[in-house]
Formats: sequence, structure tokens, C-alpha cells
Amino acid sequence: MLLIRCPYCNAERPEVEFVYAGEAHIVRPVDPSQTDDDQWRDHLYVRNNARGLHFERWRHIHGCARFFNALRDTVSDKFVTTYKAGLPRPRIEDIKESM
Amino acid sequence: MTQARYPLSGDKIILTGEHPVTIDGLDDCARFSLRIAPSQSAAASAALGLDLPVEIGGIASSTGRLALCLGPDEWFVLAAKADGAAIVSAFAEIYGQAPHSLVDVSHRETGIVIDGPLSALVLQSGIAFDLAAMPVGTGCRTLLDKAQIILMRETANRFRIEVWHSFSEHIWNFLAAVRREPEFNI
Repeated sequence: MLLIRCPYCNAERPEVEFVYAGEAHIVRPVDPSQTDDDQWRDHLYVRNNARGLHFERWRHIHGCARFFNALRDTVSDKFVTTYKAGLPRPRIEDIKESM
Repeated sequence: MTQARYPLSGDKIILTGEHPVTIDGLDDCARFSLRIAPSQSAAASAALGLDLPVEIGGIASSTGRLALCLGPDEWFVLAAKADGAAIVSAFAEIYGQAPHSLVDVSHRETGIVIDGPLSALVLQSGIAFDLAAMPVGTGCRTLLDKAQIILMRETANRFRIEVWHSFSEHIWNFLAAVRREPEFNI
């Protein structure tokens, strides 16, 4: 079973305590009524579907219940890092240097 | 009309011999789910009469009341059944200065204590993280088998489980079954 580090609990917890919650850093348009149909469709549905490193939201639903962000490799399923919701997207180059 | 139901209260499994384990359905008590901004937790600490733990997993207890930090702004409060009304009125008084949510969930859950040298081994059958690494005097929300529980480690060999009533019989039967495994050297 995968262990996922919860940035709020500061602990490695089993994956069954977590749920996936889609791609991270999706910015909602400030004024949705000003967007045209294509922009609104892109905001709602169009996602990266990355092969490799992917920024995504997870929720520690059976633990502290917080949403947080994670950088996961979609090929190897390895979690590279996790960080609290609201923090800026870390640069992948910085993470690779520290790995 | 809804009726309070305590399926496990008074139930007890006591096993003596080489692998003594006690599984005990606890009497009903007062339980609260407290949500308050961490910056205002001092007011809640004063109302409750104990210092709310700030680290997730931390437990503080005083004069029969216990608070477990479940999340950055979430605490689980346990007290004697007769003490529940006093907690509600104490928090009602601070609501104007420190807005919060205090929900009485006494009826929702039931308590089980599992005690004995092999209690960690029995629980480990259904818990996916390493219980040996769980410090005494901490707690967390987690999954036991498929049911969500709140787990507190009271001493090295004594754990308290808080589980929703609707899952409690499943958890009870699960514990009763897995505690036989050490007996049969499985």
C-alpha cells in the first residue's frame, strides 16, 4: 500500500485514508458570466492528463479531512512531494535538484 | 420517533491465558465535534477548562474532559454524560467573542476499549499504518477494516476506539474474530 505524506498531519499515512480530487492549481475565472462558452468549458472540463509529473489535489478524508496538493508521477505512481493547499506551485526544477 | 440505541454498552469479551485481551463496550458519554479558528482556540480552551492541543493527534485532558486534535481547526471532545450540558452552556457564552461550531455527536458514536499485551497486534489486522510508531497519548481518525474510527492510544497496550453506531457491530465482530488469531498462532 502507498504511504502518502499529509502536510497537515506531518505524517505518512496509508493511501486508503485519502481520496483524489483532480488537477491542482485550476484558477476559477473571477467573473464567470464574462467568459464565453469555450473558456467556461475549458475551466470546467479540460485538464492536462499528464504522463509523468502531475500537480494534483488530494484530500485526507479519513484523517484530518484537509485538501492539499501533491506532485505525483502518473507513470510510477510515486509521490514526489506534498504541500498545503494555497501554497504556490513549486518549480519542478527546484524539486529535482533537492531529490 | 428516534430512539437512542447503545448496541455495545455493557458488552465485554475477556480472554485470559497466554494471550489476554479485553474488548469492552463502553457506557455512553458526551461527545462533541468542535470547529473553531486556531487563532481563537484560547477562548475555547478557557471554556473547556483545558488547553486545546494544537498538534494534530495531540490529546489534552483535565477534570474528566478530553480533547483530541483531529485537524488544524477541528477537535473531538469527550466528557462524562452528565457534563455535556455544562460544556454546551460554557461554549454558548463565548460564541459572541469567538464564533465556533460545537456539535453534540454523543448519540452518533460508541466507544470500545481494547486492552492487553496483544491489543496493538489485534488492531494492526485492520489498520494500514504502523501502530508501533503511534506514540502513547495521541489519537487520530483512521480506517479500521472498512469503517472510519477515531483511535486513541491511552497506554502502550490500551486503545480506545470511537466508532459510529452503524459500523459498531461490524467493528465489534471484526475485533472478536481477529483477536482469536494469536490464540491459534495465525
